[in-house]
Amino acid sequence: MPRRDLRPLAAILLTWLRPVLAILLAFIVSSFLILAQGVNPLAAYAALIKGAFGSTAGLANTGVKIAPLLLGGLGVAVGLKAGLFNIGAEGQLYLGALAATTVGVTDLPVPAWFHLTLAIVAGFAGGALWALIPGLLRAYRGVNEFVVTLMLSYVGIQLVSYFLHGPLREVPAPYVQSHQILESARLPVLVKGTSLHAGLVIGLILAVVLHYFLRSTSFGFETRILGANPEASRYIGINVRRQIVLVMLLSGGLAGLAGVGEILGLKWRLFDFFDSMLGYDAIGVALLANANPLGVIPVSLFFGALRAGANNMQQVVGVETALATVIQSLAIVFVIGIGFVGKRRPAFAEPETQPVSLAIAEPDWPPDPRK
Amino acid sequence: MDFPTEGIVNWLESAIRLATPLIIAATGGLFVERSGVLNIGIEGMMLFGAFAAVAGSFLTGNVLLAALMAMVVGGLLGLLHAYLTVTRRADQIVSGAAINLLALGATDLLNRRLFLEGRPRVALFPVIGPESMRDIPIAGPLVFDQPVIVWIAMLLSIFLSILLYRTTIGLHLRSAGEHSKALRSAGHSVVRLRYFGVLMSGIFAGLGGAALSLGAVGIFTPNMTNGRGFVVLAAFVAGKWNPMLVAIACLVFGMADALQLQAQAVGMGIPYQFLIMLPYLLTVAALAGLVGRTTTPKELGKPYDPQDV
Repeated sequence: MPRRDLRPLAAILLTWLRPVLAILLAFIVSSFLILAQGVNPLAAYAALIKGAFGSTAGLANTGVKIAPLLLGGLGVAVGLKAGLFNIGAEGQLYLGALAATTVGVTDLPVPAWFHLTLAIVAGFAGGALWALIPGLLRAYRGVNEFVVTLMLSYVGIQLVSYFLHGPLREVPAPYVQSHQILESARLPVLVKGTSLHAGLVIGLILAVVLHYFLRSTSFGFETRILGANPEASRYIGINVRRQIVLVMLLSGGLAGLAGVGEILGLKWRLFDFFDSMLGYDAIGVALLANANPLGVIPVSLFFGALRAGANNMQQVVGVETALATVIQSLAIVFVIGIGFVGKRRPAFAEPETQPVSLAIAEPDWPPDPRK
Repeated sequence: MDFPTEGIVNWLESAIRLATPLIIAATGGLFVERSGVLNIGIEGMMLFGAFAAVAGSFLTGNVLLAALMAMVVGGLLGLLHAYLTVTRRADQIVSGAAINLLALGATDLLNRRLFLEGRPRVALFPVIGPESMRDIPIAGPLVFDQPVIVWIAMLLSIFLSILLYRTTIGLHLRSAGEHSKALRSAGHSVVRLRYFGVLMSGIFAGLGGAALSLGAVGIFTPNMTNGRGFVVLAAFVAGKWNPMLVAIACLVFGMADALQLQAQAVGMGIPYQFLIMLPYLLTVAALAGLVGRTTTPKELGKPYDPQDV
């Protein structure tokens, strides 16, 4: 009677297969959009791939694009693990950039490595602080975090704009911009002659660290239980409020780091509206990665390559860069739109084989406490 | 020196105009929320509607057809959301977020295709108030000098109030959101009602988008909704899911929006960035319950499983 239970294996396979299939379908559907413009989709995709991977400059550019997606995606993913929808990564990214800039343009009597560290920590803190507000509101007043995080994004962007027009502004400059980041606070360049900076390495390391952190620590365990079953986590004595606030801090801090990398590694100045919707792409990254920190790596690669290659595609075959956004969104639609509708699972399933609290894996969330 | 009165009238006039897209989208959004489905895709549906309206007006020169096109496009996105959330029982937030992203990319793409040679101004919603009445002090600019879509918005929220609270289908819709199993026991299809709710929400979000793009400016710019769809979500909370209160909440958001626009134009001593923040901060305040306790539909956001009896 005890046949080997293949369900965990099937679950793992499905978790990985689904995004791949979804991305494929997204490309297929998008090719009709390209066809409608009188362009051969294969030529467009070839230009896209060539732009992203065809040269040292292209590869470096792809790496530059991956870095913030990786960090922002990790931020959103951590929230999702706990069942928290932080869709305001954009605002946290701005606040992170603001804090890092403030430290980075200030001449401090400290060694260079320490100045850089301070700027990075400040950026993390800036993002974390911005996520603290929705975290507290969720934990203590039961306010849905997704609208609050989003609203605060708009507030955060305007706050940055205010500081840029005021105290942070470089005065004899034609544009509204901050002073340049001092050399002591810049992230090192990885490949000479390109703009590929250490933000990518920080992102990769954090992805691996976060994976083990969530898997092997009690903090990670409590986070996953909170996401998988909020009722149960209360019963087994987890301080749910504290956990919500901590996860939001971590989530916002990681999103803040995405902004830090952009400023300290790439732009060396803060501008109004500097990031072109990175925070929203980060949501897509986390969703496609099924909120798995390691999964965030390949998905960021996919999104980053799309972003980097889209310019080349526009130049070579004349297909607009916005197609990249369409492909991304279709991939998400297909991830939730294909496969079987899951049967109701037992309320307290083993979290090891349950990928996430996300309804991608758990369509019946929140679980019915009476079951 | 009657400047203050004039200023206030101007302010209210633009507040009403700015609130109109919100009121229309919120009216439709109430159907879906009361039926138990969360639709954060309203933002994307409005955006696509705004684009479809400009495209329709550009291609046909007929505002009525343009509005119709916006409603069809919104409705199609609504059907997609309904399929993903009701049939597939996918997470309602994920589905909505995907629709927003899709609208953002697709409208940008199509917009650039359609208007390769600059951006022509297209036909707007007309002002149909009798000319003699437009000069009446206060009521003239506030009511009679407004584009017809403003009137439609007002009528819609009254109409929905009646539909939700005075008709059988309204009762059923509310039951789908409050206690879907009871509704099923009474022999009605929760799935069909929720589909209906999401569809209505998409159609009206599309029309709300049309009100935005064809109300005053007549051009489409990428991401022109700029969070208005989310402000609508906040208006539900602030207005306690009651059609008239929600419309009033939308009006308050419109007033804040108009204030920041005026401040940017004339300068008011407050940095304009803080005034831009105002509607969003008001939303957070509304959510945080600073405007009284709210009553959420009980099964809002919960997927309905027909096999689960």
